[in-house]
Amino acid sequence: MDVRIPFGSWVESGLDWIEHNLEWLFDLLAAVYVALYDAVVWVVGTPPAIVVITVLALLALAVRGWRFGLGTALGLLFIVGVDQWDNAMETLALVVVAAFLAIVVAVPLGIWAARSDRVSAVIKPVMDFLQTMPAFVYLIPAIGLFGIGVAPGIFATVLFALAPGVRLTELGIRGVDREVVEAGQAFGSTPGRILRQIQLPLAMPSIMAGVNQVIMLSLSMVVIAGMVGAGGLGGDVTKSLSALDTALGFEAGLSVVILAIILDRFTGAFGTKRGLHLFRRLRARGTSDAAATAASSPGASSPTADREAVAA
Amino acid sequence: MNDHTTALRADGLYKVFGRHADEAVIRLHQGTPRDQLGHGTTAAVIDASFEVRRGEIFVVMGLSGSGKSTLIRMLNGLHEATAGTVEIGGERITGIAPKRLREIRRQRVSMVFQHFALLPHRTVLDNVAYGLEIQGVARPERDARAREVTQIVGLAGWEDKLPGQLSGGMQQRVGLARALAADTDVLLMDEAFSALDPLIRREMQEQLLELQATLGKTIVFITHDLNEAMFLGDRIAVMRDGRIVQVGTPEEILTDPANEYVEQFVQDVDRTRVLTAESVMRKPRAVVHPAAGAHGALQAMRDEQLSAVYVTQRDRTLVGWVSDRDALDAVRRGERSLDGIVRPDHGAVAHDTPLAELFIPALEAQLPLGVTDSRGRLVGVVPRVTLLATLGGEPGADAQASPRPDPLPAAVVDRALEAAVDSGALDAEEAI
Repeated sequence: MDVRIPFGSWVESGLDWIEHNLEWLFDLLAAVYVALYDAVVWVVGTPPAIVVITVLALLALAVRGWRFGLGTALGLLFIVGVDQWDNAMETLALVVVAAFLAIVVAVPLGIWAARSDRVSAVIKPVMDFLQTMPAFVYLIPAIGLFGIGVAPGIFATVLFALAPGVRLTELGIRGVDREVVEAGQAFGSTPGRILRQIQLPLAMPSIMAGVNQVIMLSLSMVVIAGMVGAGGLGGDVTKSLSALDTALGFEAGLSVVILAIILDRFTGAFGTKRGLHLFRRLRARGTSDAAATAASSPGASSPTADREAVAA
Repeated sequence: MNDHTTALRADGLYKVFGRHADEAVIRLHQGTPRDQLGHGTTAAVIDASFEVRRGEIFVVMGLSGSGKSTLIRMLNGLHEATAGTVEIGGERITGIAPKRLREIRRQRVSMVFQHFALLPHRTVLDNVAYGLEIQGVARPERDARAREVTQIVGLAGWEDKLPGQLSGGMQQRVGLARALAADTDVLLMDEAFSALDPLIRREMQEQLLELQATLGKTIVFITHDLNEAMFLGDRIAVMRDGRIVQVGTPEEILTDPANEYVEQFVQDVDRTRVLTAESVMRKPRAVVHPAAGAHGALQAMRDEQLSAVYVTQRDRTLVGWVSDRDALDAVRRGERSLDGIVRPDHGAVAHDTPLAELFIPALEAQLPLGVTDSRGRLVGVVPRVTLLATLGGEPGADAQASPRPDPLPAAVVDRALEAAVDSGALDAEEAI
């Protein structure tokens, strides 16, 4: 039995080829990642912690009510209390950027898959692959392509978090009542218009559930990305692991949990009626401001709104 | 058939789902039964041809799986026909560019859906205005028109509600209003009232007929409910296993079913609401003209063994009736004229009265119920036995039915007539 499939070396040489021939592309991607990351870190890291906490707590109040507002404030104050604030803001920035990029890719892919059975058949195994491949494995080529730092962390996170966004978008659009879509067709609506006026609005709860999942997966991956020098809470978790520092490990770990809960409740709220209602009101109100958002496809506007909600 | 009267024409329509669709059409055309097409090939509609006249309600009726929903979706191109053509207002809509098809849908044909298919995130008014929005009508105008139509269907005051806040019947009114607001000539209604409960359904059917009377749309209505089909349809196409097995007026379908399937299907229908006096009436056994006089009337009744007879003018305009006893008395008194004994309370009904409304008049009438046309002429009579036989559903069951009872014994009449001849009150020739 000395037959061995040299699969590993095929992948390796493939990546080598990419590294040599598409270096410019990855340099560009890295530059974009870093720029986005720096911008978000600047927004959430520059003001004093108390200002950021107040703003987030008020936002939480508006989205879900006083209980969530209070919880958000207390949780964030705890993070400040264990001296993890800066790390938490770095992690938040990583999550926001990675989730944003993942959604920008995932939603259009999901729409495409919903409209074509062939595309769906191709995308499905790819998504299975991306989602079930052990998360660490992404980090290896990521270092090769991007070096150490924020960029490989974001790259690996986007790959890992993509799948639920694509799946739930496809599911949501395919799940829209066939008769309602037929009504659009029967009155002579164009396919683009049906997508914009019927399919996306009706699929919104499912798409928002996908967005929520993307964010949660991003958060878990971002911590792992601490291993490749992405910094933030992940950095401290990795450090505590190698130093067997239980205290630091739990402080950083609990901070991750708090961030996760806050992000989950925020994005979850947009999938509910109340959240959608608020979302629509916001869109309707700021006509001048939201004109670009509202006029462009809601698919593109949902991640924007999310980013606003989280980053504000 | 020219295009002024034909709003919609389907010619040799086939819809086959699955593999080898074109091949399947050829095989079906050659007579292969649809269950022998092989796995993965389903023939939903087979060789459907019909014409819908402008302003008529054309009902396509069949059980689920008979292909009627597929058929209606081919009429506006939601399903592409595998073979055959569809014309709306003289323009072919099969095999044309998607852009042109969308234009035709905007201008010519709109649709009402079984489960309403409203946009749940839009208000009633915005839903009603949807077709106009797609047509590119500016906001103020489409709102105004949508408001108008919303009022017509009886939903004034609900404009700003969301569909979810409305009952099923109201939601379907919105669906109907949306189709009406688009102001197309042709309206396709796919099981439009099937999801509503019976009382609301009846109400909607009546409203549809009212709207149809005022707006004069051409309507293709799909249903699995025979009573609904009979109530709404000017003509009905009965579908079975993808084929149209009969096209005809409700009465034709009921009284002259094309095959056993249709016959079984129509067994349960409430005939008394579909059939009219005209369709069950018989030729009157005898009528007399006023000029015949009392003797003539009495003689006619004796010959036909009748106890009473209708009196009509020469142009068959109904005047009234006389009974044999009155005529006998008159003859005995020596009166020649009928004037004194003709009773005007003939109780005749119009020719288009449904059977359901004939029972009471038939009971009250002294002789087989008279049926008059729009100009008041006696065109037939409906004996009670005929009425009962029709309910039994056996065509021709009343043929051997016997006439009403108790005419005067012929001997009594003969004696009276003879006495009259003897006394010179009547000429012998006249008595024949």
